[in-house]
Amino acid sequence: MRLLDVVNLTVSFVQHEGVVQAVRGMTLHLDAGESLGIVGESGSGKSVTCMAALRLLREPPAKIAADRLDLGGVDVLAARGRDLAALRGRVAAMIFQDPMTAFDPSFTIGHQIVETIQAHRATAKAQARAEAEALLRRVEIKNAGGVLDAYPHQLSGGMLQRAMIAMALSCQPQVLFADEPTTALDVTIQAQILQLIKELQAEMGMGLIMVTHDLGVVAETVDRVLVMYGGRAMEQGPVQKIFDAPLHPYTQALLASIPGRVAGRQRLVEIAGASPNPANPPKGCPFHPRCAVAEARCGVEAPAFQTVTAGRDAACWRLQ
Amino acid sequence: MTAPALELRGISKVYPLRVPGGWLPRFSDHHAVRDVSLVLPRNRILGLVGESGSGKTTTGMMALRLVEPSAGRILVDGVDITAMDHAGLKPYRRRMQVVFQDSYSALDPMMTLAQIVAEPLHIHGLGSKPEQTEQALGWLARVGLDRSYGNRYPHELSGGQRQRVAIARALILRPSVLVADEPTSALDVSVKAQIINLLQDLQAEMGLSILFISHDLSVVRSLTDEVAVMFNGRIVEQAPTEAIFTDARHAYTRSLLDAVPVQNPRERRHRTFLTRAQLEAATPRLAQADLARPALSQAAPQLVAVGPDHWLEAVVT
Repeated sequence: MRLLDVVNLTVSFVQHEGVVQAVRGMTLHLDAGESLGIVGESGSGKSVTCMAALRLLREPPAKIAADRLDLGGVDVLAARGRDLAALRGRVAAMIFQDPMTAFDPSFTIGHQIVETIQAHRATAKAQARAEAEALLRRVEIKNAGGVLDAYPHQLSGGMLQRAMIAMALSCQPQVLFADEPTTALDVTIQAQILQLIKELQAEMGMGLIMVTHDLGVVAETVDRVLVMYGGRAMEQGPVQKIFDAPLHPYTQALLASIPGRVAGRQRLVEIAGASPNPANPPKGCPFHPRCAVAEARCGVEAPAFQTVTAGRDAACWRLQ
Repeated sequence: MTAPALELRGISKVYPLRVPGGWLPRFSDHHAVRDVSLVLPRNRILGLVGESGSGKTTTGMMALRLVEPSAGRILVDGVDITAMDHAGLKPYRRRMQVVFQDSYSALDPMMTLAQIVAEPLHIHGLGSKPEQTEQALGWLARVGLDRSYGNRYPHELSGGQRQRVAIARALILRPSVLVADEPTSALDVSVKAQIINLLQDLQAEMGLSILFISHDLSVVRSLTDEVAVMFNGRIVEQAPTEAIFTDARHAYTRSLLDAVPVQNPRERRHRTFLTRAQLEAATPRLAQADLARPALSQAAPQLVAVGPDHWLEAVVT
């Protein structure tokens, strides 16, 4: 079953300096129980794509358009207030990079999880509190009773991220959006949180969208990968195939530039230049100014994102 | 033999920590860094790794005397700078420079890039104004920014470009020591490699010694000659970089390495994690016979030699 179906999504922001095109024609989908990694650098549009799918962007300044934007069988663009509230939490939940700003500092963790449960389901307070404690235990917080009564500032970043996962799971969503959930954490805590998310996903049969800039996080967690650059999809396919034989020059360059692949001090393979400015994106393929194999037409017209082999899509003139 | 570029001898930093409760404020000692000794040889890159709160940044800031140590000594080019006053320290400030993680807050938004890069020359009174500007433009070009960038302001640059400016400003005085505190953590993947290569090239050209503070073990493997691992304010293991990656002895070093994300989905595995209490209790116990060099004393945890240039905090029994 299709949980998320997005066809030709564009998101732009109207600002003083002009229109910023954050997402420029994205097509993606997620099936039940599947995990998808969306990889991209800052400004590639990966977070905005997820925020748009949940209609979490303020409109205006955001302007969202798509040929199709379905989440859990509901047309997100046509949905209004109450329908959207029903969608968020029960169909899809989201965890963010910075758990410190995602919680309200003036209420206890328990209060905020109970509030979430009661907002979506008619549940007595005592019952909701018991559920919240069980959820905290499930995300491997040992002192769950104590954490219920703790304020956000009293917990470490890792503990807070666990509590946020507990809150996201409180309404048993069908899809979990995780936007850089471990970027602010230490490497050992990151490994623990990633393992926890994988376990919970398998246990609850949830779909997972993991948004990250870190190819290592992708290599650890997901079945399928979508690589974004300059607001567009560059490549999509099964995770093992992408790592073994990337099709798109951008994916190839990204994988080659990962430090620490081999022993010994050395120079790294670098990608010259800088990411495109979303207020003034280059004509044609957004990667062409940095691409080692760019041709004349790459700077004129953007290649279509189309199937290369079964289950693998890419947007590159050399592959069409 | 020439003196090492930087040497720390048993430095500590103790912060007072308010004890909660009570009518009158009471304080206990928090040891951010405890009895750390480090030698940064000339023309080498030493990695200082550990998680947040391990004391690695405090150690780096003490080396620069941006944080005053509670105990211990700091030697730059063999000269003890621990007790020097502001005026006495000034000539040594030229020899040690720093690059921070957040290039946005490290650059004055009201100054042009040429002014930012020339400022250290101005402070130390080196050359006339046109000479200073000329040198600054030369350094901008050297870190890969066209001379035309001289009239621009920091907000016009990307994160990677700002970090290039910070590097140019740090190196224009031709220091012997550069402390780089997580200089690539805030950068995008495709730009990170550019900055690491730039540091590599400049280090080799200038014979620079770099103390590279980082939690990113993959970057540390590609960039450093030697690695010191910090945990709870102490160095628990130190060795040539490849020895750390292939022959780590301390449970904490191993737990750090085990946590690094895999480079290929094929290597996915289930991990078991040690708790902090388990790691704290995991100080290795070694017999004198296991050591590469005999230990000076017994009982207390100490750094002992377990291989060529390989040091491990252990209790000798």
